[in-house]
Amino acid sequence: MVLAAAQTGSPLIEVCHVCTRFGPAVVHDDVSLTVHQGEVFAIAGGNGSGKSTLLREILLLKQPDSGSIRVFGSELSRLTDAETMALRRRCGVLFQHGALFSSLTVAENVAAPLREHTRLSPDLIRDLAAVKIALTGFPMESVGKFPSELSGGMRRRAALARALALDPELLFLDEPTAGLDPMSASAFDELVLSLKRSLALTVVMVTHDLDSLWRIADRVAVLGNGHVLGTGTMEELAKSDDPVIHEYFHGPRGRSAMEQAWKQK
Amino acid sequence: MWGRRGKSASVRHAQVARPINERGAAHTADLLIGEDGTVGAQGPWTLAHLAKLERRLDAVTWPDRSAVTVDASRVTALDSAGAVLLLRTIRRLEQEGRPISVDGLRPDLAALFDTIRTTWDRLAPEAPPSAQNWLERLGHLVWTRLATSGTALSFLGESATALLRSVTAPRVLRWRALVTSLETDGVHALPIVGLLSFLMGVVIAYQGAEQLRTFGANIFVVDLVGISMFREIAPLVTAILVAGRSGSAYAAQIGTMRVTEELDAIRTLGLSPMHLLVLPRVFALVIALPLLTVYADGVGVLGGMLIASTTLSVNFPEFLSRFEEAIALRHFVIGVGKAPVFAAIIALVGCYQGFQIRGGVDDVGRHTTISVVQSIFLVIVFDAFFSIVLSWWDV
Repeated sequence: MVLAAAQTGSPLIEVCHVCTRFGPAVVHDDVSLTVHQGEVFAIAGGNGSGKSTLLREILLLKQPDSGSIRVFGSELSRLTDAETMALRRRCGVLFQHGALFSSLTVAENVAAPLREHTRLSPDLIRDLAAVKIALTGFPMESVGKFPSELSGGMRRRAALARALALDPELLFLDEPTAGLDPMSASAFDELVLSLKRSLALTVVMVTHDLDSLWRIADRVAVLGNGHVLGTGTMEELAKSDDPVIHEYFHGPRGRSAMEQAWKQK
Repeated sequence: MWGRRGKSASVRHAQVARPINERGAAHTADLLIGEDGTVGAQGPWTLAHLAKLERRLDAVTWPDRSAVTVDASRVTALDSAGAVLLLRTIRRLEQEGRPISVDGLRPDLAALFDTIRTTWDRLAPEAPPSAQNWLERLGHLVWTRLATSGTALSFLGESATALLRSVTAPRVLRWRALVTSLETDGVHALPIVGLLSFLMGVVIAYQGAEQLRTFGANIFVVDLVGISMFREIAPLVTAILVAGRSGSAYAAQIGTMRVTEELDAIRTLGLSPMHLLVLPRVFALVIALPLLTVYADGVGVLGGMLIASTTLSVNFPEFLSRFEEAIALRHFVIGVGKAPVFAAIIALVGCYQGFQIRGGVDDVGRHTTISVVQSIFLVIVFDAFFSIVLSWWDV
């Protein structure tokens, strides 16, 4: 059923035959994947498997050595500056460590993209920022605080509010639950899921948190050795006989996450 | 539930297929008031159209009736920004005592609208920012100033005790760090210090040449260059350069270590940041700065000598023999003697500012700047102080 829902959407991101090298080290060797409208797509894989690099390439922060990436149907390597700006406004990004502007308060952080990109009245911008902050469950009494005064979980929520500021259609999450305690991590998973439903978002997340893979990912691509080792739902991947994927899902942590997921279903 | 998701996905499909920069440009978003008092919203209520829409809403004259119903059936798209604008309008009208309701929103848009509405209702209407009165601000200012001088004093005391301990037990001193510091802050500063003091010697000789030639007192260029270089210019120029090069680096290094919790790691390992970080830097600079000053003395006088021989026809042997009789040793000693004091000021201010960094990365930049400004300020203040004291003693 999940699969059926995911397949109804048109392709939003198409990564075709991407190769990336850092000097002699090959990070991606012919990586291809497709993200559909309305799904939560996860990119998984061990440390150093090139997950974050792939994300940076989709976000136009790094250029692949060869291959093509299409986002919203536009080839990234052929975008004009104006098209790049337009594309960036349609994407929200939550960076691993939040990347909040440390000289601005939380409220100012969330208002910053609105102030830069729209010509709304300061009043409306403040209300918009407040709604985004409230949507992420960030405590409203702390909106005047600076990022350095916040805990990791709060910082993550504030950063998510900023990523949502411009009402993006595509939301990128880089390791959204890394470094959060289990309670906060599952609360964050729920938050992403509910925001995705209510704001009709397409979510691309890089993670190796097996619990959140089981909980919120519609489809998962596992990267390893520079290739896409497998793409599919978690149930499908769990049955895969690729040794790396097998190790990933049936190692001690993978097994307990899987059992947990089965119990909940 | 999945069925609805599928539907909402296919609705948004139409938007996706459009080229990037023409998103939703098909219709303009608007709010129309009919003559019979009906209110109709239409078009895409999304962020891209919101600025126009906001101005439009401000200009709208609402129908003069007790309850208003907005017919939203022709709204083609709605995002959370559009929903907030609509909710703001609703709140404003409600505050005027006119209940308003929204009707006919497409089901998928209504779902979004309801989510935003729940969030919006939880938000308390904005409280006016509490204005601090001047007395409160003054008190705050005085308090922070007092607290700052308190921490500066305690830092000075802490480094003094650490210094005493390292004198009584030299083994606690980190010799390796000291030598590294000597290299980066002393040896590597030689080219820039040399170039600048050479140029200072040239400038002073040039400036003096015109006046001295008028009186035929060409030979006194030696006194001019020698005394000003030895007593003031060389120590000051060197200290200012080192403050910019090394003082700022100390603040940034220690500050970054604080941000990355390295300082905490040092403490939990039972080590003292004072011994590990501050003392080697202070000692290195106290050794390096006088040596750099001596070097600057030499190069500066060389610059002056070159100009004396080319523009004042005072050749090298003449210059040197005059130098020997005119420049007393005390000028050299006073100049070089100031250098360790300047060095201690620069190193302590740099390290102190590094320790003051709290939290964020932008704090590193701010305190680095403060460290340079403060150390140059203090160096010049102490230089003036030296001049006054020395003139009392008549040297």
